[in-house]
Amino acid sequence: MTTQSSAATGRRPSRMTYYRLALATVVSGLFRAFNANKTSWVGLAVFLIVALLAILAPVIAPYDPLQQNILFRLKPPSDAHWFGTDYYGRDTLSRILWGARISLTIGLLAIGSAMIIGTLIGMVAGYFGGRTDLITMQVMDVLLAFPSLILGLIVVAMLGPSVANLVIAIALTAIPPFARIARAPTIAVKNREFIEAGHALGYSHMRLMFRHILPNIAPEVLVMGSLWLATAIRVEASLAFIGLGVNPPTATWGGMIREGFENILDSFWLALFPSLAILVVVFSLNLLGDGLRDAVDPRLKGEQ
Amino acid sequence: MTAFVLKRLGFAAITLFAVLTIVFFIVRVLPGDPAMAILGDQASQSALEALRVRLGLDVPLYQQYFVFLGGVVVGDWGVSLVSGRPVIEEILKVLPATIELTVASLILGIVVGVPIGVWSAVRRNKLPDYLARIGSLLGLSFPAFVSAVLLLLFFSIHLRWFPVISSGQGSGLADRMRDLALPAINLGLIMAAYITRVTRSAMLEVLNQDYVRTARAKGLAFAIIVWRHCLRNALIPVVTVVGLYLGILIGNSVLTEIVFNRPGLGKLIVGALNQRDYTMLQGMMVIYTLIVVLVNLITDLTYGLIDPRIKYS
Repeated sequence: MTTQSSAATGRRPSRMTYYRLALATVVSGLFRAFNANKTSWVGLAVFLIVALLAILAPVIAPYDPLQQNILFRLKPPSDAHWFGTDYYGRDTLSRILWGARISLTIGLLAIGSAMIIGTLIGMVAGYFGGRTDLITMQVMDVLLAFPSLILGLIVVAMLGPSVANLVIAIALTAIPPFARIARAPTIAVKNREFIEAGHALGYSHMRLMFRHILPNIAPEVLVMGSLWLATAIRVEASLAFIGLGVNPPTATWGGMIREGFENILDSFWLALFPSLAILVVVFSLNLLGDGLRDAVDPRLKGEQ
Repeated sequence: MTAFVLKRLGFAAITLFAVLTIVFFIVRVLPGDPAMAILGDQASQSALEALRVRLGLDVPLYQQYFVFLGGVVVGDWGVSLVSGRPVIEEILKVLPATIELTVASLILGIVVGVPIGVWSAVRRNKLPDYLARIGSLLGLSFPAFVSAVLLLLFFSIHLRWFPVISSGQGSGLADRMRDLALPAINLGLIMAAYITRVTRSAMLEVLNQDYVRTARAKGLAFAIIVWRHCLRNALIPVVTVVGLYLGILIGNSVLTEIVFNRPGLGKLIVGALNQRDYTMLQGMMVIYTLIVVLVNLITDLTYGLIDPRIKYS
């Protein structure tokens, strides 16, 4: 199920054939990974439910997340407000639902862009090898050595807290790991016969990299994507907790815990419920990615 | 041996130089004028100019770069814009507290994580293994501030076993231990989660080796094989990964120090952020870089202690 058939036979496949083969390579790779470890399905299901709740937040949230009600300040959980209300009388449940949108948006955009840029860097380094590889990976290793939260913190502090800037900061810290992840399988794939056949047919480097190597390394990169999405959501929440999240009054989980922390002695629910929300999302993504990684990690192959 | 240490030192120096360069350019290349960030956008043009001169931002970039590097080398990290005291003094004042916390949690992480990891690998796909795997996965899903808040809620507010706010200036050993306990448990358990997982996978690899089968065949007690022969071989990846996780540990220590209101680098950096103390932030980046490079160096040197086969070549 790789794209090697087209290169090996030397027939120039049509565009559609190519896309179908590439997609099949990626999908079958992922599917194999999923079935190797059933807990991945649990993680995926929980994450999809959270994503659905986030998408539907405007419809299902019982209250406006920004609507203040001074008469209902710091109320404990009740029938009217399942998760209680905060210092301004805002409904905690509605804020958590809306906060999910921020967390997921920033996480997905940051990891999406880090994945694209990191994979490109890793693929180029692995494909060309030699000095290109040495210098690129040296730079990546140096960046990798730096504590990501500190790096993110400085970048957001310099750029100012907004959704776009948080995406940039978190993506920056996640590029080096993706470069590492993409490089190793690229080196393994580039020495296989179908790439050699491609060279012999005079295919360009670009064509070989994007059409023949990329589909084969994509499953591994995507699997790591779910683990790094968990990290990204954690980092975003941490930054918001420090006070570098999307500006209030916008609801963010980290920001809610920060506000809840100020009233922790008498209103524990303010910090507790958003904490649980973060934990559920991060844990589901880790469950998903961890199961998948066992399946694609070459060191564990052949073991059950 | 000497040659090896010198070579590692050389590598460390190059890495340090590279990271400092990146730090310098990240701070400079990002859009946004530090002077404007400090004074606000209402500031007059002349005030902005004056601050730029004071920060040394009025000279060409390459000159700023050499001034910055030179300053790092001779220990002149500038003066805090808020307190007016040298940045390096402020950092050195709180550094011991952060080191105390991270070392304590690292020890806790190893003491808890290594045995669980070994146990999990030996009992692979049995109940203990599943529990250890789920438990460690849960542990590393906790953002450090979330676990810190939950620990604080339960142990300090609900059970009242520990003070809600660490004083940080307890005189006696007992006071200090009590202040240290919850923050170290918080960081230590997260570290333990990571260490459990690495130990487990490293042990699994070692347990499949031929010499383990030979040892079993000649009738050596399984406990001796595991703890004396396998663990020692499995420790190399563990040490590597612990070195790599230092970045996570440092990030988490910032969050832990904030939640428990403990003096340390974390509180210093957040204070600097809130007050837009630009020189202090730059100094913090330098100290973090130094710590990371130093720990990587120590990690490299530790290999030889664990594995005599590495002849420091």
